[in-house]
Amino acid sequence: MRQTLAQKILQRHTDETVSQDGQIVRCRVSLVLANDITAPLAIKSFNKMGAAEVFDKDKIALVCDHFTPNKDIDSAEQVKVVREFAMAKGITHYYEGGDCGVEHALLPELGLVGPGDVVIGADSHTCTYGGLGAFATGMGSTDIAAAMVMGETWFKVPPTIRVVLEGTLPKWIGGKDIILELIGMIGVSGALYKALEFAGPVVEQLSIEQRMTMSNMAIEAGGKVGLFPVDAKTLAYAKAAGRTGDTELYADEGAHYEREVVIDCSKLTPRVACPHLPDNVKPVDECAGIRIDQSIIGSCTNGRIEDMREAAAVLKGRKVAKHVRCIVLPATPTIWKQALKEGLLEIFMDSGCVVGPPTCGPCLGGHMGILAAGERSIATTNRNFKGRMGSLQSEVYLSGPAVAAASAIAGEIVHPEKI
Amino acid sequence: MYKGRAHKVGAHIDTDAIIPARFLVTTDTEELGRNCMEGLEAGWVKRVKKGDIMVAGENFGCGSSREHAPLAIIGAGIPVVIAHSFARIFYRNGFNMGLILLEVGDAVKKIEDGDDLIIDPLNGTIKNETSGDVIKTSPVPPFMQQILDKGGLVNYVKDRKAAQA
Repeated sequence: MRQTLAQKILQRHTDETVSQDGQIVRCRVSLVLANDITAPLAIKSFNKMGAAEVFDKDKIALVCDHFTPNKDIDSAEQVKVVREFAMAKGITHYYEGGDCGVEHALLPELGLVGPGDVVIGADSHTCTYGGLGAFATGMGSTDIAAAMVMGETWFKVPPTIRVVLEGTLPKWIGGKDIILELIGMIGVSGALYKALEFAGPVVEQLSIEQRMTMSNMAIEAGGKVGLFPVDAKTLAYAKAAGRTGDTELYADEGAHYEREVVIDCSKLTPRVACPHLPDNVKPVDECAGIRIDQSIIGSCTNGRIEDMREAAAVLKGRKVAKHVRCIVLPATPTIWKQALKEGLLEIFMDSGCVVGPPTCGPCLGGHMGILAAGERSIATTNRNFKGRMGSLQSEVYLSGPAVAAASAIAGEIVHPEKI
Repeated sequence: MYKGRAHKVGAHIDTDAIIPARFLVTTDTEELGRNCMEGLEAGWVKRVKKGDIMVAGENFGCGSSREHAPLAIIGAGIPVVIAHSFARIFYRNGFNMGLILLEVGDAVKKIEDGDDLIIDPLNGTIKNETSGDVIKTSPVPPFMQQILDKGGLVNYVKDRKAAQA
């Protein structure tokens, strides 16, 4: 059978024959992930399952990134549960302190996830690793507990939507703009239960970081995974992260796709998702003039070094508007140090930004940038659901780092070239 | 069989609406239940009586993987959610937690807020006592039925583990 990327990767991890979409297959997992919100429930389920040990202490990652550094006593208690479990079971990849970062930026950087892997995480943005050619998807805590016990999970083989990216990338356009455009086109349930597979000439123009930004938001279209082929660029990234033995991986010519969507990237202008769903997408110029109170630059979507560079290029020598809090959260300690080394943090601070530690923080309304009633934030994060960042009467607009930085300066949503 | 009053919510109800992030500092079902749908409307849960049914539009449960979402619904005393469609992660979580999820597509329009429903999940029927309509639902996939038969994923794994020993 000619296979899509999703079918091909699943096939590598199962003894059954993957023969059609909709089939349920049991697959061995390469890595199992949970965080400080989801791991405590997974641990509860794990204990109820009656298992004494995890299936492989090197193949479980517990990353306490959501409410950390702990924002209150309750969150500290949750992390304590995770820490004690990690120590008791000898989990190799436990992160909480100075080595901790936003999980979906941290794990690829450490080489813990990569090409051809099957990764499941108790976090919906686990799909980020599709940027590296991994079949990676979010599940709930009990599914994660089951995988921590058995080292395997079940999948319904998803039908695939092929997304062909035509043209060349214009200035100011990055992975965030393309994925917002796609979600705007197909809607927040457009890929429900399905895989997205990216193809076309723009793929090779996209950096691995941009690809991860796009795969990250596959879930915002309801997708199970957002997959990129594994090419020379992916292999170079994986090698730099310390992985060995990865090989190129492409879908078979003539594989069956449920549907094809074509995006001409040459025609794109920066995109903004307006409240309260990620598919309410407009060109930035149609949002121009909307006053903001906060700008967030960071998260698993856009908290990588390229994003920091893009934001710094816009902020350099300029000042954040007096009424705006611009919060910059480099996603991992390595990104933080690199941003320091390149002078980016100084640019951020000189322009009046708050530079914080690696944390999910405000993205989910956790801490470090909560919105009051009537307040409005632009953010490089991935969700703008009602009340996502605080008050039910607040609003979140999603964009790439350049738009978020430019809007912080202008005090209102603006195209970066107008700054 | 389940009998209860329908509480209608809209399309694309996300997990932040079901249980906002600020309540995710507990794993206690009852405590989560007290704040169920707090991200949709403050105090929403006060209108719910034990055994009532939630009825939703397309893509119910989209967003986060937080299992706290189905737990909050269970904690609020709601045993069944009927929707046009469910988001993937939520659908799986629901079954794993023992929350009954029935996907009915456009037929969801045959239920109004406040209607009295009688639900037979095994036969896949929803009887609307108020309107007299009977809705058929999609069957549960056989593999998921195996998990349900074991009383959820925890027991399913427990049994498999025991069989391997």
